[in-house]
Amino acid sequence: MVTYDHYLEEPGNLEIEYFSTLGTQRSGNDFHAYWVEFEYGAKAWWTTELYLDGQSTFGDSSIFTGFRWENRIRPLQHEHFINPVLYIEFEQINEADKIIKEVEGHDVESDHSVPNALARQDLDHELELKLLLSKTFKGWNVALNPLATKNLLPSDPWEFGYAIGASRPLALKASPNPCNFCRENLIAGVEMYGGLGDTQSFGLHETSHYLAPAMAWNLPSGWTIRVSPGFGLNDNSHRLLLRWGVSREFSGFGEMVRRLFGGHP
Amino acid sequence: MKDFLWPRRALFQFSVVVIAFAISFVVAFAQSTSNTMAEGDHLHHRHYTELAKVPARARNRHNPLEGDSDAVAAGGKLFEHHCAECHGHTAEGDRRAPSLRTREVQLATPGTLFWLLTNGVVRWGMPVWSKLPEPERWQIVTFLKSLPSNAQTFPQAAGHGRSQ
Repeated sequence: MVTYDHYLEEPGNLEIEYFSTLGTQRSGNDFHAYWVEFEYGAKAWWTTELYLDGQSTFGDSSIFTGFRWENRIRPLQHEHFINPVLYIEFEQINEADKIIKEVEGHDVESDHSVPNALARQDLDHELELKLLLSKTFKGWNVALNPLATKNLLPSDPWEFGYAIGASRPLALKASPNPCNFCRENLIAGVEMYGGLGDTQSFGLHETSHYLAPAMAWNLPSGWTIRVSPGFGLNDNSHRLLLRWGVSREFSGFGEMVRRLFGGHP
Repeated sequence: MKDFLWPRRALFQFSVVVIAFAISFVVAFAQSTSNTMAEGDHLHHRHYTELAKVPARARNRHNPLEGDSDAVAAGGKLFEHHCAECHGHTAEGDRRAPSLRTREVQLATPGTLFWLLTNGVVRWGMPVWSKLPEPERWQIVTFLKSLPSNAQTFPQAAGHGRSQ
């Protein structure tokens, strides 16, 4: 959900996802944050994504909170013992954003208690860099994502965070017959993510951390459903972040567009 | 608090990002459309040369599912789901990806095909498939080795295993 492995979108495929986070808030109203994501496999080594974020805070309002443009680039041609992918994202998100795509710097639960009308006026332009390290062995994928974020205001420090996760399909062999609800289509995992402070105060303190089991169901028709309840590990964290997403992959989208503009099959 | 610039400035910056996203799409799209059929043949030749680059140790790996009819059917199902979009539903290839029924592929060892499946040919557009568990990759290899070389029909078992 938060941790990325090193696998990119297949070239020419478009994936559209609706993803949401339902969060509890101790000193304020609970909220429901969501995004719509468009992920396109531009090349076998390059995936580009556009996110549109919004949120509804119960007893307050629903607002559009910003957008992100994410790029993942695979620098190495072959599989290695550990596989790196470079992640570069530009985001223009206001302070009312609550999707918690990752935890960075000194992000804490109380950041989300500010009323929407006030929080939305504070607009951030951020550059986010991640190194996605991932390894698949005997069906298990283990991934580690250190991240660094810089608000483009010169006065703001670099902020840091991490995500680490492991996942595995429930069956390693495909059954010979077509099936939807079979073990090979289900993936279970667990992840942990949190902040690491900033250049002025680095470390695990004064930030939030989460532990989240996760489950994904990949349907042969191209639909995927993901669910993950995340549990806050300290007093700075939300007690519960219930995340879920539904996505549809359109294979050969690039080819469809090509034909639309008169390309030959 | 910063100046209240939302939404006019935000709208402009959002437009810039959407345009950049669209440009990246068009660049990738334009490069793929510039491949004419003749160039496609050349590209496919490049794919086949990758077979010779597989390390000897990987080439000699034994297929643990060899002769398993269930593996052929399951491999056919996986092929339809993950590979047919580019290699064609009959594995005879199309503009984007080469035929897997050619002599080059059919004479390749199972270990060679497994290695290429695992590592992809990222430079020429084939993604890595190590996200599929190792037994599933062997199932696909078993299916590929069951295909007749440049023949007209699919084997019965493969047809049985296809999901669509």
